[in-house]
Amino acid sequence: MIIQDLSPFFSDNLIPMFRFLISRVGLLIPTFIGVTIIAFSFIRLIPGDPIEVLAGERGVSPERHAQLMAQFGFDRPLWQQYLEFLSKLLHGDLGQSIVTKQPVIDEFLTLFPATLELSTMAILFAMIIGLPAGIIAGFKRGSIFDHTVMTTALVGYSMPIFWLGLLMIILFSGILGWTPVSGRISFLFYFEPVTGFMLIDSYLSGQEGAFRSALSHLILPTIALGTIPMAVIARQTRSAMLEVLGEDYVRTARAKGLPPFRVIAIHALRNALIPVVTTIGLQVGVLLAGAILTETIFSWPGIGKWMVDSIFRRDYTSVQGGLLMIAAIVMVVNLIVDLLYGLINPRIRHTR
Amino acid sequence: MKITKLLLPAIATAAISIGMLGASPASAKTLVFCSEGSPEGFNPAFYTAGTTFDASSRQLFNKLAEFERGTTKIAPALAESWTVSNDGKTYTFKLRKGVKFHTTKEFTPTRDFNAEDVLFSFARQWDKNHAYFAVSGGSYEYFNGMSMPDLIKDIVVVDPYTIQFVLNRPEAPFIANMGMDFASITSAEYADKMMKAGTPEMVDQKPVGTGPFQLVAYQKDAMIRFKAHPAYWAGKAKIDDLVFSITPDASVRYQKLKAGECHVMPYPNPADIAAMKKDPKVNLMEQEGLNVGYLAYNTKKAPFENANVRLALNMAMNKAAIIDAVFQGAGKVAKNPIPPTIWSYNDATKDDAYDPEKAKKMLADAGVKNLKTNIWAMPVQRPYNPNARRMAEMIQADWAKVGVTAEIVSFEWGEYLKRSKAGEHDTVLLGWTGDNGDPDNFLAVLLGCDAVGGSNRAQWCDKEFEDLIQKAKTVSDPAARTKLYEDAQLVFKAKAPWATIAHSVVFKPIRKEVVDFKIDPFGGHIFYGVDLK
Repeated sequence: MIIQDLSPFFSDNLIPMFRFLISRVGLLIPTFIGVTIIAFSFIRLIPGDPIEVLAGERGVSPERHAQLMAQFGFDRPLWQQYLEFLSKLLHGDLGQSIVTKQPVIDEFLTLFPATLELSTMAILFAMIIGLPAGIIAGFKRGSIFDHTVMTTALVGYSMPIFWLGLLMIILFSGILGWTPVSGRISFLFYFEPVTGFMLIDSYLSGQEGAFRSALSHLILPTIALGTIPMAVIARQTRSAMLEVLGEDYVRTARAKGLPPFRVIAIHALRNALIPVVTTIGLQVGVLLAGAILTETIFSWPGIGKWMVDSIFRRDYTSVQGGLLMIAAIVMVVNLIVDLLYGLINPRIRHTR
Repeated sequence: MKITKLLLPAIATAAISIGMLGASPASAKTLVFCSEGSPEGFNPAFYTAGTTFDASSRQLFNKLAEFERGTTKIAPALAESWTVSNDGKTYTFKLRKGVKFHTTKEFTPTRDFNAEDVLFSFARQWDKNHAYFAVSGGSYEYFNGMSMPDLIKDIVVVDPYTIQFVLNRPEAPFIANMGMDFASITSAEYADKMMKAGTPEMVDQKPVGTGPFQLVAYQKDAMIRFKAHPAYWAGKAKIDDLVFSITPDASVRYQKLKAGECHVMPYPNPADIAAMKKDPKVNLMEQEGLNVGYLAYNTKKAPFENANVRLALNMAMNKAAIIDAVFQGAGKVAKNPIPPTIWSYNDATKDDAYDPEKAKKMLADAGVKNLKTNIWAMPVQRPYNPNARRMAEMIQADWAKVGVTAEIVSFEWGEYLKRSKAGEHDTVLLGWTGDNGDPDNFLAVLLGCDAVGGSNRAQWCDKEFEDLIQKAKTVSDPAARTKLYEDAQLVFKAKAPWATIAHSVVFKPIRKEVVDFKIDPFGGHIFYGVDLK
């Protein structure tokens, strides 16, 4: 019985799916090479170099400048530096930060969990609010609910994160005293990081109140970072719903006398979700960009803040290594979205 | 399923008790400092940024001589006393006995501080063949910046508690250099141990010093934790724990201060100053910063080689209005090239009066008509000039009134510094923050003949001025030096290579429960001696 069922599954689903996967992964390779070139050259195109920035008004003599550039290997032709970067990369080595002298990969791995934790919370927040709001608004088009959701979404979308974050701090932390101002946890708690995710670490630490403190520190930054994706998701869901609700098969389902919930949940939603999933996938890039601002405002020790500092200090190795890692993550997430897409919509996986 | 079970009650409790979460620093004697950024590292010899010094040299280490807290006066620290030879070239330091290094997870000291530690700390930066010279990619910016490699001829350990520095030439500011951050004393014993273990870079990452606090933990961009050094030679600090809560945004720092999430914060937003003055929980301290913001004329270009033209342009500038607009109360008019917190500041100097009519006449007398020039405006905020663009616009408007047309020019910061060093500008806005509180550090570094093509942006080399500052380097009697520097300031004023514009006013908001905090004229934050009510 089971064996009988499997064979059509192989031929119909799995093999095209596998082929689809190969073609997508194949596309990643040239993209990744492109990214290494951009990551390498981008920071070097900005005028100024790490030595000058370090010296500031004080300045360094041309001899000393040359000596230091040679010490870091920046005096060699660019193509040589690039090849060295690539060969180290193949060995999994991103080099050492010019400023802190720490391996770039270590710095990335220490800071990334903070960004991941915040981004995950933000995207969850965006989906939990955005999806239902969009579905209901689409279903009840023209209602007061619809207008309210769409207006709120527009406002949320247009609001600068910086401003929203500060405003929330002043209101909820400053005036009302409901939430802590910034950081990941109160300084009263201290424990060695285990996973790097404060919610998990604080829970594992077993210190009373630590988890609660970590959670309360997440509230405002989650809202600040999640607002734009939430607005985008709500609008996208609504318009996808509207489109699907006008399709013949939905009319048929309704004509059959199915209850409205069934029409939405079974017939409309699955098809409406396809563009929404793409949108959510694209929000990962938006989140990482937003993380730079959110992390600065909320003193959140993540990779956004780290990248900005590294750019200002012309820390070539940190910038190229960090950019590469971020680009790789965005690429992988988009790959996963593509695959999900195939799962939801069979037409895509069959046509490659 | 399990996760939901765990999370739901937690979220519920959090939601209920959210009102109580604005936790105040209640635990016994923990002082929280909302610092503005992450340190670049913990070895102060590698870096030049105040943020790094706050986290390293100012808490973890001592120097042979240190500045008395809150002043630019140098006083004994790890050296109990010192003598200078008659030719001014040999400095002999008598070292303090019974000074203990920190005990950390990696290192338990077996002996007290002695001359070997001093030798190690300097030889590492000085001797290219030293085993530690290249460790951690060492680039000793300040050691080199203060010309120490040219200055030091030899370092001699006379006995375990006596060490001699032999110089190539008499250099009176040398003793002030010994109080600088790069001169922090680190443990030679620890360095040996780490070298033998094959992990020399640990010395720079897990610092061991003699200072009032020792490092407990550091999480980049989040926090630094210190605890009081129990065996500190000058007595244990009054606070037990010191936490740096890293908070890059100035407005957020103020919110944290208000909420009691920190006790002391640096660099407030000028826009918040008025509210801070009224805040019942906050003490707003203020002092002039150890800096000067100036407009340098390129004295190698016509017509700026003529002192009268420079003076005329100075007189055309309404400095009081500029400072009101640019500093919003956080700046004072500068009349000398050194700030008033530095000894030998000449209060008798008369500033160029604001007099556009006379300025016009002086320009006409000098044969300058329809002058077209430029004003370079820095692209960054600095303590001595928070808004160079605005400043440049106001100078431009003032000069237009005397018939001078100026174009405002700006570059990316690194490029700006490079080009202005090369003298591509007509006039350039810039400034300086002092390193060691010695007048030489302003006058020779910014206006000396050696600095032309470097930090002397006016490209100004004046014999009368140069003779005075060179002589002041060779005499070690403070009274004689003071006189020479006072005269040098008068020569500077009469010849006007710069328009001296402003000294910043440093504001330091601290909570009322903080006792005995002093503003450091060097811009640092020193927590030894500070207590909590």
